[in-house]
Amino acid sequence: MMNIGTYAVPVIVCFILVYGYLHGVRVFDVFLEGAKEGIQVSMSILPALIALVTAVGMFKASGGLDVLSYALAPVANLLGIPQEVIPLVLLRPISGSGAMVIFTDIIKTYGSDSFIGRVASVMQGSTETTFYTVALYYGAAKIKNTRHTIPAALCGDLTGFVMSALLVRLMFLN
Amino acid sequence: MNLLFALIILFSLLFAIINGRMPQLSEAAMSESANAVSLVLSLMGMMCLWSGLMKVAQQSRLTEKLSLLLSPITKRLFKDLNPKGKAMEAISMNIVANLLGLGNAATPLGIKAMCEMSKETKAGSAASNSMVMFVVLNTAAIQLIPTTTAMLRMNEGSTAPLDILPAVWICSIASVTVGLIMARFLSRFWRDRL
Repeated sequence: MMNIGTYAVPVIVCFILVYGYLHGVRVFDVFLEGAKEGIQVSMSILPALIALVTAVGMFKASGGLDVLSYALAPVANLLGIPQEVIPLVLLRPISGSGAMVIFTDIIKTYGSDSFIGRVASVMQGSTETTFYTVALYYGAAKIKNTRHTIPAALCGDLTGFVMSALLVRLMFLN
Repeated sequence: MNLLFALIILFSLLFAIINGRMPQLSEAAMSESANAVSLVLSLMGMMCLWSGLMKVAQQSRLTEKLSLLLSPITKRLFKDLNPKGKAMEAISMNIVANLLGLGNAATPLGIKAMCEMSKETKAGSAASNSMVMFVVLNTAAIQLIPTTTAMLRMNEGSTAPLDILPAVWICSIASVTVGLIMARFLSRFWRDRL
């Protein structure tokens, strides 16, 4: 199963180039043309990324995560989310690398096949770094008013978090 | 986004005062911007690689075929886009990359799709309905096999790192569905104000 991940990229890159060549595309020249556009786009997302990364970094450094986790424990309890995974719930939408660290921490402490470990795994596997995606995508398209994107995306995330706890309880605790 | 940005910084300051972590906060404020630059640089390589490949795929009409294949779904989700346009092709490529778990490829392709969409719909500074739909789709994970998570589980001695798969799938489907429904539902209340 693990092999799929390592095969996918090389196979797709190869397929696109060979397919292009066989269809008479001047693959190298065209590739360079496209790659040049990539530089411009990367530069256009830098300002949004600086804002977001700084804000997230400051929040993590302030120790706010612990305070919020403590404050949210009763709410999480109500939703069936174990208290131990609250830091993951809070960090997952804002920082991908931060969530990874916390996730590793959780499965190290509680064991990856424990109830808590499994809930954390399902959460980690079924959600994405919402704010990073929003900042990156809209930054590139130079959109200032994101309208209802964040409320809608957070509803999706919340569903994912609640469902993770619920499903693990149903599937693994018989 | 504006309110959120201000709030996160404000709360950071408050929490740092409460927790007595002002030195760490100050250090983060200074050093994190450099992290963002190195993040963009590392992303730039991927960005260029996949923009180049995307261009090749476009000229060989591969993306056209792909977007035709996905059109039953994408046509319904992105109603205000030309079903044969460049934006739709980039969206299709992004969806495929996401499904395969190629996050590093999905991001550049997604950014490309956003740029194409803003060209096509001539959106000013406010997001169009299709843009919101697309971003929400990308904020929910729709990959078939969460390889990174499975790898981390294996490292921590899980006996069956992939036994969470069914739960992950149901969970992903649920959160994508709710996200997309909310995106459609809320679009009525958030008119283009700018």
